[in-house]
Amino acid sequence: MPKDHGIGAASKRREDVRFLTGKGVYTDDMNIAGQAHAVMVRSNVAHGRIVSVGTAAAEGMPGVLAVFTGEDFAAVGGNPAGWLINSRDGTPMREPKRPVLAHGKVRHVGDAYAAVIAETYQQAKDAAQAIADASVIEELAAVVNMADAVANASNRVHDEIPDNLCFDWGWIEDNRAKVDEAIKNAPHVTTLELVNNRLVPNAMEPRASIGEYSPGTGDYKLTTTSQNPHLTRLLVAAFVMGIPENKLQVVAPDVGGGFGSKIYHYGEEALVLAAAKKLARPVRWTAERSESFLTDAHGRDHVTKIELASDKEGNFIAFRTETLANVGAYLSNFSTATPTFLHGTLMSGPYKVPNVYVNVKTVFTNTAPVDAYRGAGRPEATYSLERVIDKMCRELGLDPFEVRRKNLLTPDQFPYQSPVGLMYDTGNYQATLDKVMEMADVTGFEARRAASAAKGRLRGMGLSTWIEACGIAPSNLVGVLGSRVGLYDAATVRVNATGNLSVMVGAHSHGQGHETVFAQIVADKLGVPESSVEIVHGDTARIPFGMGSYGSRSLAVCGTAMDKALDKIIAKGKKIAAHMLEAAEGDITFGDGKFSVAGTDKAKTFGEIAFSAYVPHNYPLETLEPGLEETAFYDPANFTYPAGAYICEVEVDEGTGKVDVVAFHCADDFGNIMNPMIVEGQVHGGVGQGIGQALLEFTTYDENGQLLTGSYMDYPMPRAEDVPFYNVDYSCQTPCTHNPLGVKGCGEAGAIGSPPAVVNAVIDALQRGGHTHVTHIDMPVSPSRVWTAMNA
Amino acid sequence: MTKVSMTVNGRAVSAETEGRTLLSAYLREGLHLTGTHVGCDTSQCGACVVHVDGKPVKSCTVFAQDVAGADVRTIEGMANADGSLGVIQQAFQDHHGLQCGFCTPGMVMSTAALLAENPKPTEHEVRHYLEGNICRCTGYHNIVKAVMAASGQDVSALAAE
Repeated sequence: MPKDHGIGAASKRREDVRFLTGKGVYTDDMNIAGQAHAVMVRSNVAHGRIVSVGTAAAEGMPGVLAVFTGEDFAAVGGNPAGWLINSRDGTPMREPKRPVLAHGKVRHVGDAYAAVIAETYQQAKDAAQAIADASVIEELAAVVNMADAVANASNRVHDEIPDNLCFDWGWIEDNRAKVDEAIKNAPHVTTLELVNNRLVPNAMEPRASIGEYSPGTGDYKLTTTSQNPHLTRLLVAAFVMGIPENKLQVVAPDVGGGFGSKIYHYGEEALVLAAAKKLARPVRWTAERSESFLTDAHGRDHVTKIELASDKEGNFIAFRTETLANVGAYLSNFSTATPTFLHGTLMSGPYKVPNVYVNVKTVFTNTAPVDAYRGAGRPEATYSLERVIDKMCRELGLDPFEVRRKNLLTPDQFPYQSPVGLMYDTGNYQATLDKVMEMADVTGFEARRAASAAKGRLRGMGLSTWIEACGIAPSNLVGVLGSRVGLYDAATVRVNATGNLSVMVGAHSHGQGHETVFAQIVADKLGVPESSVEIVHGDTARIPFGMGSYGSRSLAVCGTAMDKALDKIIAKGKKIAAHMLEAAEGDITFGDGKFSVAGTDKAKTFGEIAFSAYVPHNYPLETLEPGLEETAFYDPANFTYPAGAYICEVEVDEGTGKVDVVAFHCADDFGNIMNPMIVEGQVHGGVGQGIGQALLEFTTYDENGQLLTGSYMDYPMPRAEDVPFYNVDYSCQTPCTHNPLGVKGCGEAGAIGSPPAVVNAVIDALQRGGHTHVTHIDMPVSPSRVWTAMNA
Repeated sequence: MTKVSMTVNGRAVSAETEGRTLLSAYLREGLHLTGTHVGCDTSQCGACVVHVDGKPVKSCTVFAQDVAGADVRTIEGMANADGSLGVIQQAFQDHHGLQCGFCTPGMVMSTAALLAENPKPTEHEVRHYLEGNICRCTGYHNIVKAVMAASGQDVSALAAE
């Protein structure tokens, strides 16, 4: 029988009721008395010198309250990069200042160089247009293409950075000579050059921020679309504005999706706070979708050459990669970690391969900043590996299933120290491969291919086996690697006198269903109904601390903090129970919501203990504080390592080149499952985004740095008709060995494992259809690219 | 500014508007019915779908003054009279057809319009009808299931849960 409550139950989501009835409260839904409206004045050129800002044009326009320019923020700090990466020669990365508003130069289309505050949104918008029309910006040649950026040193995004290079990183530099030697001597080397296409995250809720300031107390409040309110508070307070942290409250209310793009602090958040102080009024800003396209941090954008050295039987000897990674015009908060420690460290995949070396050159261009997007570095690593492995199989005439099987780590090899720095704690990669082959009925493929052929369509099957590092992250390790923050998390469990609970967690839910799942865990552990547990998140004034939600970390890190706080609650409850039951503390056991004296029928319910803690008439006050509230911080001992195997089947229309995904099978190992319904939903969403990357989505800047794909008219978001039902399984479970819940994280898996499975399937279809010259097509594998490849 | 009146969720309402005020802004800013969401500038995403005289309309494409006097229904008007979730809303919860919830109001309103004209849609018909509603969270799997379940069809065999 499936469980009907607690850990492992498919509990329906409590947050759905407000979302389904229009009662959710997203930032732009708030209507604060006295609010004024901000509109940003944005550059319409990719690269230019600001000659003059036409602020005078807005003076006297109806409703205009204030105008800000870059000069107003010249004296305050900048939005910092969260990781310091050193180049191969030991020099630190180049780190240009990222101001609240551009001054001196604008560096990408959409770069804000002024802002208007007005009584109404329309008045602010009209004034912003007037300023834009009156401003003089001397357009400079744009740096768009990464190879050109590095080669053409005279054209600089940042005047002080001569080669547009942020850093030239080697991982692991000590491996380099050995890897070079292994590749030189290998019986076979497969080389593949590929592009990991630039994506726009496109959370459906555009970014929005409201600033408030209380002149009487000097307190600021920022309500904003954030995945991590405490991190935003730290960045805004300490780095950008110079406000004491204790004078800034950051609230992230209902947030309509993030996928990475709402991890980061953006200039508009500082702007609305500065404006609120200047005007002593609430100031709100909401992005239009076109602003989101221009200014939200984009994802991926790698150009990679990968070499796979093997013997003739397909046993891997070495991987070597060279990558150009785009960071855009400025360093977004995680932008330097994404192509390095979230990418290079995963470049041995789930395989036993002794020699791996990764080189990443990260390049400034006159485009929007690029940062972590669902998967963040790990999809790029997985795509490179899984594509080159398929190419190797084809070159050597080997079966792609068998080649993976013989190179996968085996269950007896854990814990496994990879050659690129990670210690995989546990896994069973053969199990997920077996499972997905069963789910996909691999042996029946030939019959399905023949049936497709009878309809005039080419059918292909593609596999990927993948691993990721989640549960970000052990602070001491990431500190060594360059992180400027710790990546622990925190939770407070507050038991109220009447026995119900408020649990304040540092993780932030923006679609993941934490309010439901975290309550399941609390209920399971304490033996209370889920309905008596309220999960509080997203408000620095209400929660103890937290590093937010990204990198599939919420359960593995924050969930563990919560579990440890629950342990403290139970430990204190035992002391109270021992007193009330006149027994030794060591004789008290806790289970099924009751504190019992072992071997007797004497017991107190959890509710009785809670009541006693707050009405301590019969209570050990000499030795124990009243009240029942505990906080725990948890810093993980290691990353977690979800892994899996995905199979995609496609049909290709030979006449048009259109690809249809006709089946998609996922066998994942996420460790223990807290709520299967939500896990499935996470995989569905990730695979949907991965199919989008593989077949549809692309982000194109022209040679002048104009974004050609700047709206939903041009940027092909996956629609319901573009994707199939997904077949999802998570029965292969090797629980994480270093957190008490045994969880690994499931949020990014789908987006990591799926793109190579889709592209491998397309190439397989073309090969089987006789187009044997087609060995690779870059994503998105659009009809025109497929048709062109077939007919080359 | 002109006062525009209409019926919204069965109640007579009015609010001051400019000529350029969109129906979405009229609902959100004028009436504080913020369940109708705005996710794009180009009438693509569908988060703002409401019903105008029974037909689904992207409220960001319509001037409020052009629908003066109309009968408008929004997500706030979709629950049962006793406040419990309506059939479509309940199916979305039962089948986990939403995650962040931002596209959800438009999905529910489009679903209601679909089922009004096609009470037992096939999977293909559902996917085709929802092409004007973008969701970034769910990969559409559970939305399609929820719509078919709301139509009274057995969805247990559609794909593994």
